[in-house]
Amino acid sequence: MSIMQNMKNKFSSLFDVFGENEPKRIGIYGPPNSGKSTLANRICKDWTGETLGAEGPMPHETRRAKKRENVTIEHNNSKVTIDIVDTPGVATEVDDKEFVTEGMDEDVAKRRAREATEGIAEAMQWLREDIDGVIYMMDSTQDPFKQVNTMLLGIIESHNMPAVVLANKIDLEDADAKNIADAFPQHTTVPVSAKKGDNMDDIYKQIANKFGD
Amino acid sequence: MSEKITQEDGIRIDLMRDSKISGMGKTEKIRYIIDHVRDGYILILESGLDPSEHSLLIEKTMAEIDQDTFTGVEVESYPDGSKDTDKGLLGRVFNRNQSNTPKKNLTVIGPADRMKTLHKDETHISALLNTS
Repeated sequence: MSIMQNMKNKFSSLFDVFGENEPKRIGIYGPPNSGKSTLANRICKDWTGETLGAEGPMPHETRRAKKRENVTIEHNNSKVTIDIVDTPGVATEVDDKEFVTEGMDEDVAKRRAREATEGIAEAMQWLREDIDGVIYMMDSTQDPFKQVNTMLLGIIESHNMPAVVLANKIDLEDADAKNIADAFPQHTTVPVSAKKGDNMDDIYKQIANKFGD
Repeated sequence: MSEKITQEDGIRIDLMRDSKISGMGKTEKIRYIIDHVRDGYILILESGLDPSEHSLLIEKTMAEIDQDTFTGVEVESYPDGSKDTDKGLLGRVFNRNQSNTPKKNLTVIGPADRMKTLHKDETHISALLNTS
């Protein structure tokens, strides 16, 4: 968290007096294809009636961070207003051959790879400078000990940011949300299916608890 | 600059004592790592990277990617075996010691097109190196 962000947090109660407290920026982070845009769209649709952006099965569909401001989420008697930031999936490598294998033209694949690298760098800059809290998504059919998960959650913890961990894709046959909960016991893990909308109420409860005042 | 290692040359693995890179600043350390990995080296760091260095590594790697010559890095370190939830991930991955200084775990970093991780758990990292 930047020095400015720390200062802003420290004085947030003072701004409250004047009604100027800004909504917290909550970033949706995770590896490519973990379901971040699907979740962002579902949250935005549930609370604003509109989706945020395109989603798709090919990795790196989101190559620019997208923000929806002033999303007010209510759970029981709690209410929190946040800005949702859907970020590009973070990886340590981007290979255009992956897109060619999926049937993409070589030139288009090269351009997509370049945009993906720019998007990942942008996601890391958001995390360093502009994000107040994180919804971290993992695919529960995948190994939770992927290095990108341990690296990103380590970075998030080092910034003392509140975080909610989601074990997504529980609608799939080989999903194992317990694997994720066991790998990261210091976080509350919510098993979800962003695609089917399973357990969304649990997510809203966690958002209200973690990111509310 | 490091000497470029081609796939015809074979695989070069450098084991780095902490003393080799601990005196470097973060930017210098990440530059050193990326320059070597870009040139085909596989580096084994006795003591790994802290969270801010991981963040810098991802950003700088993305800036260096060129689809014709360098597609990124493969990096792996042990998660700490402790199940002590009070330590947090930072404590578990970086295994903080009693003085609360991060004690970072051994880390392997190599070019993504030559090294693929096959398996990782709390006691074992297995990687396949591509020599073809």
